Amino acid sequence: MAKYQLNVNGVTREVSVDPSTPLLWVLREDLKMTGTKFGCGISACGACTVHVAGVATRSCVLPVELLGERPVVTVEAMANDPVGRAVQDAWVEHDVVQCGYCQSGQIMSAVALLKQTPKPTDANIDESLGGNVCRCATYVRIREAVKLAAQKLK
Amino acid sequence: MGAPFANQRAEVLTVSKDLSMRIFKPRTRAAGLVVAALFCAFGAWAFAAGAGVEAKRAADRRAEGLAAWGQVYTVLTHPRCINCHTATNYPQQGDERRRHFANVVRGPDGHGVPGLNCVSCHQRSNADSTGVPGGPDWHLAPLSMRWQDEDDRPLPSATVCRQVTDPKRNGRMSAQALLKHHEEAELVLWAWEPGRRLDGTARATPPLTHTEFAAATRRWVEAGTPCPAP
Repeated sequence: MAKYQLNVNGVTREVSVDPSTPLLWVLREDLKMTGTKFGCGISACGACTVHVAGVATRSCVLPVELLGERPVVTVEAMANDPVGRAVQDAWVEHDVVQCGYCQSGQIMSAVALLKQTPKPTDANIDESLGGNVCRCATYVRIREAVKLAAQKLK
Repeated sequence: MGAPFANQRAEVLTVSKDLSMRIFKPRTRAAGLVVAALFCAFGAWAFAAGAGVEAKRAADRRAEGLAAWGQVYTVLTHPRCINCHTATNYPQQGDERRRHFANVVRGPDGHGVPGLNCVSCHQRSNADSTGVPGGPDWHLAPLSMRWQDEDDRPLPSATVCRQVTDPKRNGRMSAQALLKHHEEAELVLWAWEPGRRLDGTARATPPLTHTEFAAATRRWVEAGTPCPAP
């Protein structure tokens, strides 16, 4: 076990965990932030996506020992982020969610896309969210919601 | 008194010279010609021999350089290297060089796309506990440095050699810069410290040690970076 001070959503949190523990489990088990989901555990589905130093990151394969001092932002902080808020509103407006399990990861990837590409094309959306798997196949509604969020952020 | 004596002496000398020329001229001329011919023959022989030695030296140097390149090529086309030197829109993974999972794409600069960057999973060092390899600035090589065709087959040695020595394609690297790249670039060095898979087994490393690879590159560079004939 080792102690780590993590900056999560702007707040410093201290945890005592095994260095090899994936960030996902530190968030969910130690910090009780369950908005970030466990899907596959091998970075194949995107359900665990968070932002690390602004980069969409698969938290299930990131051992906490490799995080360093980089700040972490999770889906819990999206309501207070202008782009995150726009994406969540667009999600509601397009009624994107079906079962909803993958959606926190989808939203985190969509926000990362819009922060770097404010006017994404369909191809941009398909490529950037192509690693986020949705078992309910809500992909068409996701694409429309990302475009709507981009319009609202103009 | 002095002038007649001088004239007499000059006369004697003139007679003596005429006599000696009459007696020796043909022999001297022949000998001179022989000496000159011998000298020319020796010069030509020496020149030809020197040029031959130089040509053999150049041929040996090129052969040594080509042999060294052959070693370098075995490393460049090893999965630890070639998996990120693809001709396609995606990287590869594994020793079988399969397409990278999770719909990972190249992106505009070889670093992936927003939401799905290479560094979304690959950290600055290997994550052995989760089985994800990592190194500084993990990314794909540019398409100008692809070492495969679009069917994922490694390009021939001659093609790769011309590519890596072409400054227009290799990032404007000189031969010395190429050597430094092979000796020191962190992602190059990663190939010999590739970490472990999720099941705990070690990833395979290239067929040469890094020391052997750097030495082979140096011999190739010192030989003038020769490339095999296409």
